[in-house]
Amino acid sequence: MVHIGVRAVPMVSLTAFSIGVTLAMQAAHELQTLGASAWVPDLVAVSLLRELGPILIAVIVIGRSGSAVTAELGTMKVSEEIEALNVMAINPIRFLVVPRVIAMMIMLPCLTIFGNYVGIFGGWVICHFALNMSTAGYILRAVNSSHPWDLYSGIIKSFVFAWLIITIACDTGMKVEGGAEGVGEATTNSVVYSLLSMLIANATLTAVFFFA
Amino acid sequence: MSDPVPIIEVTDLVRKFGSRTVLRGLSFKVFKGDTMIIMGGSGCGKSTLLRHINGAMKPTSGSIKIFGEEITTMNERQLAHIRRRYGMLFQSGALLQSMTVGENVALPVTEHGKLDSDIVELMVKMKLEMVGLTGFENLKPAEISGGMKKRVGLARALALDPELLFSDEPTSGLDPIMTAVVDKLTQELTRQLGMTAVVVTHDMTSAFRIGTKMIMLGAGPKQGTIIASGTPDEIRNSPDPEVQQFIRGEADGPVPLKLSKDDYINRLLGNQERIGKGKH
Repeated sequence: MVHIGVRAVPMVSLTAFSIGVTLAMQAAHELQTLGASAWVPDLVAVSLLRELGPILIAVIVIGRSGSAVTAELGTMKVSEEIEALNVMAINPIRFLVVPRVIAMMIMLPCLTIFGNYVGIFGGWVICHFALNMSTAGYILRAVNSSHPWDLYSGIIKSFVFAWLIITIACDTGMKVEGGAEGVGEATTNSVVYSLLSMLIANATLTAVFFFA
Repeated sequence: MSDPVPIIEVTDLVRKFGSRTVLRGLSFKVFKGDTMIIMGGSGCGKSTLLRHINGAMKPTSGSIKIFGEEITTMNERQLAHIRRRYGMLFQSGALLQSMTVGENVALPVTEHGKLDSDIVELMVKMKLEMVGLTGFENLKPAEISGGMKKRVGLARALALDPELLFSDEPTSGLDPIMTAVVDKLTQELTRQLGMTAVVVTHDMTSAFRIGTKMIMLGAGPKQGTIIASGTPDEIRNSPDPEVQQFIRGEADGPVPLKLSKDDYINRLLGNQERIGKGKH
């Protein structure tokens, strides 16, 4: 939906851009001592596509949307709205959860792809203005160094993250008991569990994709 | 005069929460066209009883039949089938905050049928007119008062022209005129259209105005049992002092206002000791 996806774009852009810029700066500094500053674009592109892009965007979405979904569903639970849906013979899972799951499964991978581009653009800013690299050279190196698999693996990760985030958010939201306090507690739990499971899943997937 | 098959038949309903027994063996029947009033002090299990009848809770033991079908053993899908035939008004209204008043009323209609949006709009207007809220379709629930929310809740409960209506305190928080409007609406629907209503209420004026059958749940040691049942006249003339205390609204009687002096001092000092211990 609009809320999970479109409204997260400014935040995602800002984060991805700053990460691209800082990555390039750090890499430039370190690689210069080895006389290998030409490798900066490779490093930025690969680390963004494989790891940082999916993780950072997922962190933002957990904070923005996962928590919001839990709080919203939790509030509906404590104010009898979910029970009212049940009594009206409207399945709350179909009515409330399914649209949110679909929105998350579509929007998180989209945001990740978008964030990757913005991050690589951030890298270009440093390479172009500080390292005097030509635009074409930067793009060529970035594209050459990264395989399609780098991009795909990142997208697969973001699908997995989306699934984890939204199922945890909805589940904790639907199980809220006990008023405003319960909603607050559930929202905290939702964010904490999403982050933990996301990081564990990321380590596992990296191991499977690139190590095994 | 009544249909031989009761609309609702509750037999030996028992519900325990942990070691606390909230409902202890309730049995009653509601027939077509009746307005059954469930009365009783706060915390006596009225709302719990209602939540069992509408299938939101499962009893510890006992049977509940609605339209002649046993609902205690039903799964959600079978329950949904029964639920389409009745409406429920929640104590707080339970409107979906993210939707407008009009969308809330239209919800059961749009979810359970494929009607033209023009017809749905017309139906929404009719239902809102019935509860005296014409022209409020486009407001959000957060923008209207508690009493108005309740009336929107009633409009939504009536959206599918149910055969059976559950109301959880339909008139609390309404002004006397609106109380009369809601009462009259319930009366018209039951007497003219043969709808059956189950109303949980504290409001004695309203209860005696609309009720055709009444049951009263007890307090204290009699909690979770029916202490009186019958027609409004039978209840009004009931010899039970607890019933009389409740319908006259007296502070003191069989349900004591205050403990005896000794009990009071004991509890007070007992509590103080506990508080003192808690601090150290």
